Amino acid sequence: MTGTPPLVAAEVLAGQRRAVSRALTVVERGGPEAEALLQTLLPHTGHAHVVGITGAPGVGKSTLVDGLALAARAQGQTAGIIAVDPSSPFTGGAILGDRIRMQDATMDPGVFMRSLASRGQTGGLSRAAAASLTVLDASGFDWVLVETVGAGQSEIEIMALAESVMVVLAPGLGDDIQAIKAGILEIADLFVVNKADRPGADASVRELRAMLRLAADPPPWTPPIVTTVAAERRGLEQILAELARHRAFLEETGRRADRRTHQVETLVRQAVWDAVARRLAAAREDPGWARALTAVAAGTRDATGLADQVLRGAGGMADGIH
Amino acid sequence: MVLAAAERATPTSPCSPVGRAVWSGARYDDALGRARGMRDGGERVIRVLVAKPGLDGHDRGAKVIARALRDAGMEVVYTGLHQTPEQVAEAALQEDVQVVALSILSGAHPTLVPRIAGLLQQNGQGDVLLLLGGIVPEQDVASMLDAGVSRVFGPGTDTRDIVRYIQERVGDS
Repeated sequence: MTGTPPLVAAEVLAGQRRAVSRALTVVERGGPEAEALLQTLLPHTGHAHVVGITGAPGVGKSTLVDGLALAARAQGQTAGIIAVDPSSPFTGGAILGDRIRMQDATMDPGVFMRSLASRGQTGGLSRAAAASLTVLDASGFDWVLVETVGAGQSEIEIMALAESVMVVLAPGLGDDIQAIKAGILEIADLFVVNKADRPGADASVRELRAMLRLAADPPPWTPPIVTTVAAERRGLEQILAELARHRAFLEETGRRADRRTHQVETLVRQAVWDAVARRLAAAREDPGWARALTAVAAGTRDATGLADQVLRGAGGMADGIH
Repeated sequence: MVLAAAERATPTSPCSPVGRAVWSGARYDDALGRARGMRDGGERVIRVLVAKPGLDGHDRGAKVIARALRDAGMEVVYTGLHQTPEQVAEAALQEDVQVVALSILSGAHPTLVPRIAGLLQQNGQGDVLLLLGGIVPEQDVASMLDAGVSRVFGPGTDTRDIVRYIQERVGDS
């Protein structure tokens, strides 16, 4: 908008809130400005402990994140939060309601919370998330907490960006273990059974223990199980302690560097993906696109050749078709 | 066959919003097209904060507005009830919204609105489009506009008018 001063990377690095907020908008949008900003910020990352929080709707993730941020503050640390909510595939719109349950932490000057809509992008969500984590990490937050509803490929990709992944369950929401076993169980570094004051919490913990014992080889890290009542702020310090223990494990075993490489790879992979998507969009705008497709359908042109032409970005889709 | 894989990738994520659309058949192409458009275009999505400052507990109106704006393709951050002016301004700052839509039915607008407008200004967000809805007596409208509100939408407003107004004011920025 007019009258808005240019975004200064130094202000982002200094954790200046308005600059951090605008930087998040820039990197979420993507494009050359985002790439340039990320390039400046990347060398300043690696300080934050990036934690992914996932679990079914209603298990109390947002309340837990609110409480964790406050618990971190009580220990003199700061926290940046990214909360992901789905966009409508039909209108692209979204209602982002995670702030409702994060009222306590978000007024603290040592906490910054941003809502991120999934925007229906293939893989683009993990790019936006990776870029947002980069901004918050570079801004100097001690903890970066990213919250998603735990279902689907892109959510798992986001969790793979985190150093520590927390899977949250609550008793009484049907068969918890069934709900988490597809893909999510394997990525957990820490299980949290929230709403532990409700009936069935003990059973959930027992089931989890049993499931973890089923592993054929004893894994180098066995995910601990923490019980919490986030609404009453019970059990949160224990989560922070287990997360710190997990980070120490990652560092001792060299896995922390691997995760960082993975995060950078995601940024690169998504930049490639974006470039391919742009080429494809341009090809579909080409006046010869429909004729080129017809030729493929008729067998007078092969699909791979057309694909190569799209990737080259040369245009002239119908050239050579008669 | 990179592109064939790319084409397939979306529908095979059954839980992503786009993937889910496959189940509703005919609308799938449309949804996929929109998702592609958003991804490829890098367009600026309009972000709106819908806030309920003050002590009244009636957020039916705010939710109707939030829903209408969402259906118009905007990203709507809803704060929940009983927000202080500081909370509203802080949420606008952290979420980097272009629009703040306030819903006040308690009659406290003469106190709350200038305070919120002042905080937005102070945070470097003086250019945010500030809208007010709810119960605002006719004689208060002028003072609300003076305080920095762009427009007051009273009871009975067609949500399409609000959508159009926002799109006209911030759509091209």
